[in-house]
Amino acid sequence: MRRAGVPIAFSQGFTPHPKISYASAAPTGVASEAEYLEIGLREPVDPEQLRAALDAALSPGLDVLDAVVAQGGSLADRIEASHWRIELPEVEPAALERAVAAFTAAEEVLVERMTKQGRRTFDARAAVMSIDLIPPVATPSEAPGVSCAILELVVRQVTPSVRPDDVLSGLRVAADLEPPVSPRVTRLAQGTLTAQGAIVDPLDADRDGASIGGR
Amino acid sequence: MGIMSVPSTTPRPAAANSVWPRLEPLLPQVTKPIQYVGGELGAVVKDWDTAAVRWALMYPDAYEVGLPNQGVQILYEVLNELPDVLAERTYAVWPDLEKLMRAHGVPQFTVDAHRPVRDFDVFGVSFSTELGYTNLLTAIDLAGIPLLAADRTDADPVIVAGGHAAFNPEPIADFVDAAVLGDGEEAVLEITTIVREWKAEGSPGGRDELLLRLARTESVYVPRFYDVDYLPDGRIQRIVPNRPDVPFRVHKRTTMDLDAWPYPKKPLVPLAETVHERYAVEIFRGCTRGCRFCQAGMITRPVRERSITTVGQMVQQGLEFSGFHEVGLLSLSSADHSEIGDMCSGLAQQYEGTNVSLSLPSTRVDAFNIDLAQELSRNGRRTGLTFAPEGGSERIRKVINKMVSKEDLIRTVVTAYTNGWRQVKLYFMCGLPTETDADVLEIADMAHEVIRAGRAATGSKDIRCTVSIGGFVPKPHTPFQWASMERPEVIDHRLKLLKQAINADRSLGRAIGFRYHDGEPSLIEGLLSRGDRRVGAVIRRVWENGGRFDGWSEHFSYQRWVDAAAEVLPAFGVDLDWYTIRERDELEVLPWDHLDSGLDKDWLWQDWQDALVEYEQDDCRWTPCFDCGVCPSMDTEIQIGPTGRKLLPLTPVNGLKVPTAAPQ
Repeated sequence: MRRAGVPIAFSQGFTPHPKISYASAAPTGVASEAEYLEIGLREPVDPEQLRAALDAALSPGLDVLDAVVAQGGSLADRIEASHWRIELPEVEPAALERAVAAFTAAEEVLVERMTKQGRRTFDARAAVMSIDLIPPVATPSEAPGVSCAILELVVRQVTPSVRPDDVLSGLRVAADLEPPVSPRVTRLAQGTLTAQGAIVDPLDADRDGASIGGR
Repeated sequence: MGIMSVPSTTPRPAAANSVWPRLEPLLPQVTKPIQYVGGELGAVVKDWDTAAVRWALMYPDAYEVGLPNQGVQILYEVLNELPDVLAERTYAVWPDLEKLMRAHGVPQFTVDAHRPVRDFDVFGVSFSTELGYTNLLTAIDLAGIPLLAADRTDADPVIVAGGHAAFNPEPIADFVDAAVLGDGEEAVLEITTIVREWKAEGSPGGRDELLLRLARTESVYVPRFYDVDYLPDGRIQRIVPNRPDVPFRVHKRTTMDLDAWPYPKKPLVPLAETVHERYAVEIFRGCTRGCRFCQAGMITRPVRERSITTVGQMVQQGLEFSGFHEVGLLSLSSADHSEIGDMCSGLAQQYEGTNVSLSLPSTRVDAFNIDLAQELSRNGRRTGLTFAPEGGSERIRKVINKMVSKEDLIRTVVTAYTNGWRQVKLYFMCGLPTETDADVLEIADMAHEVIRAGRAATGSKDIRCTVSIGGFVPKPHTPFQWASMERPEVIDHRLKLLKQAINADRSLGRAIGFRYHDGEPSLIEGLLSRGDRRVGAVIRRVWENGGRFDGWSEHFSYQRWVDAAAEVLPAFGVDLDWYTIRERDELEVLPWDHLDSGLDKDWLWQDWQDALVEYEQDDCRWTPCFDCGVCPSMDTEIQIGPTGRKLLPLTPVNGLKVPTAAPQ
């Protein structure tokens, strides 16, 4: 922010903090194509100029795609679901298919994870809206010539949150699926859910608001 | 409010010799994986094939400690500015990743392009403390390089040690190929030139010839070219060259004119949390205050100031490049800079209202320090105030040559309280030469009086002080290099008595915090700092038994060191006590006598004798030369201002910094 010259607002108090809040950040070790954040500014700026300035200041690989003026409401409230892709190198698609079928058939799949509050057990099944095997693309992983199964998931935002690794734990619980090497997980999208189960860009509401507001 | 989406895409493509494809799958299984990823602002990745000389630079501690290290950052930048030279960084990996790397055959790697350390020409390791020695062994071993320098081939990099601990590299003499004493800026360039020429000639004579060329500079120490003979009682008889073409003594390097070396210009901005996140500028190097325990003050002489205008320019460019909002004005005694007043008020004025905070490590115990702190806190941010009387009693302060009276200290701290500080930190050492229980117990009296006087002056009970105690470790090239250490039991007992004395008055005791270190790690640091080549066997045994990260109390095991010493030292007729609690006499050959810090050994001995009779030594910046020997033997001189210049107000640059040609 400082290098981009963003006129960021600071919280009041003894140790002022810049007003930045991240909505539903991806877990450590997970790639993402769709992260969102909100920043508070001291003065209005042109969103496209802001985008370009921040993009230039950030490391390669962290690309700022879009910026819009918030029209009110919380960004976090608009994050209702995430779309994930999980690549599972050295997993046979047939084995994965069986595991997915068992997971889908179950009413509830209890998994465990260490959280900040300690070890917790929760259901990984209910939040999963869809779980699909997709055909492998040409070179899905960096290890050529190795079989690789690929999953795509749409998971609703719940508390405690159900993350891709929880779903993988669920596949282990439901069908003893043990990936031999670390899976590669990418968040493809997150945002508001439509009645049809599609994910809508959470910034759309602000774009609509802007046009209604006559800007 | 702006809202934007920040996707991350695949970073730069991996280099040809990158271990990244093998490392990446291990990272989800370790703590804080981001420390191994690289790609920080300020990081440089250059083409491997077109580089004539390739350096891997290591700070042998975790990333969070190693990344902010000034020495490594400066050398990294100086080397990478050369078009045909490539420098990358590597840090100590935590035991969780070490285990996985061994299991999956991943070698020690650089964080910049994840290249194997063994592929480099030179592997430079900077030691601020001897407690990094076991981490050196881990890195060498993980790199696939033979542990012993004698076993290495032309396929291995030349391992060069630097930093303050390199002023006595004898304990690691078996593991390193060379050591450089003193300032690194020019030394790395000279080494680079020698390596470049030797490679261009087709590497004639192999590794031995390269090391010989380095040794001939007389400022690179190559331990294999020197033999150590011992007396029947275990003391060293002599250390002499074992071939005719290397110098009897190796001299330290001194970089003069710091204005000509304004580094770091492009400081590294860490992606993971680190111990310091600030732009640090050295405002001067060297110190002639003459505190007798202080190795840094002794081995970095003479004083060389960076001018107020260069400091101002560095701060401006460093902040603009990095986006840091904290500036540290570093040196061994920052308030002693000849233009510190103008520097502090000038910077405070330039950055008023910008959320940039300025800090000055405070070591001087006088009111001037508080004036400076006042200036620096103009932005509303109050940095902590630390005063370091170092010794509890007037007597022991004369022994260590830290000239401050109890009255001065109390007056200074009370001034801080009346100026709005609610908390100050007082720093002392325990285990100093000639120290008795009474000397240490006076710390309690001093702390009590500080609180009493502070309460009286402010009329408030809401003031505190923290007493922080460090363990004294005698260091090479200081007047205390001959001193005996106190046993850890004695230190721990003294600290217990001190704690009781502080809390003897419950009202005052409640306002005093007490922080200290146990005596045991200091004793081991003492073994390593004054050790000779025989101590290398102890280091190796400790490492083989799992010793790692000895500077971290949760990883350090005293017992492991005691056991290893008991196992390997008796074969040499010596033991742990012999290295630590034994006082040396004037004529004993010390393991570092052939390494020249510029200090005259006779002067050091005289200063040691003066210490024992509690005779103080002035500072040669303000009083006549006292012949410590550095300036004439190193052909250097004190470089101080004032220049008389002032810092001009900055023109504020407002608005977004949008790139003109947006590369997408």
